Amino acid sequence: MSNNPASQSQPEIWPFNISSEHPVRSITLAAKFENLDVARNFAIQAAEESGFEPAAVYSIELAIDEAFSNIIEHAYGGESEEKIDCACQFTKTDLIFYLRDCGNPFNPLIIPDPNIEADLEEREVGGLGFFFIKQLMDEVSFTFSTRPENGKHCNVLKMVKHKEK
Amino acid sequence: MEVSTNHYKHSDLVKAKGRIDSATAPQLAKALDDITNAGRYKIVLDLSEVEFMSSAGLRVLISTQKTCKRYNRGELALACVPQRIYDALELAGFVPLFSFHDDIVEAIGKT
Repeated sequence: MSNNPASQSQPEIWPFNISSEHPVRSITLAAKFENLDVARNFAIQAAEESGFEPAAVYSIELAIDEAFSNIIEHAYGGESEEKIDCACQFTKTDLIFYLRDCGNPFNPLIIPDPNIEADLEEREVGGLGFFFIKQLMDEVSFTFSTRPENGKHCNVLKMVKHKEK
Repeated sequence: MEVSTNHYKHSDLVKAKGRIDSATAPQLAKALDDITNAGRYKIVLDLSEVEFMSSAGLRVLISTQKTCKRYNRGELALACVPQRIYDALELAGFVPLFSFHDDIVEAIGKT
């Protein structure tokens, strides 16, 4: 991982045509919960460099934590040595995060929102993670893609936070 | 993350420090389960030194609250909740499901 956002080119096999006019930074981590610290710090550093206020930095940190945890739990079915690619791109108006995994096809956007007004007895214990991501980030989208070099399937989650005006 | 437990006559005080995420939430769950498994259901959770809490931590809170409030035998009360964590609890709609205290002594007395 580079400290200078402009010094690292986009990942070779990245499935998006990320415009090279905007700096991109990336890290690849094993799908383990112990790596949440590294993933969150990756997000915090990018958010602080983009000039976000502390409350927005925390929102971004929480969204990346939830997304990384969801991939481990749902796409990989638990912790594994499989990889999660994390990338962020700095544009004039936005900070954009991409998380890619090659686990089971899993589109988190189809998960229904939890009922956050239910009584305690009816309250579901889970289902909050992706709800948080949608609330905390300004745009969330999901793409299935295929690695060109081996045809392997990948899930890509894109999350955008607009810079404060 | 660190978790410590203090037993009082009528309730238990649990203090968590650090970050509660998918890696560390099981530690908090174990501390709370140890108390409820011992038949004690009046618990105060001091969150004053918690820097970060994800939905994995919220899952532990709701699950423990369900256990404690069953048969009206007790509750999990939250004390000294940092603003960022309160915001996440609010986003999840958890605020009406817990009592909040700014003072540990008061929380223990009222729980």
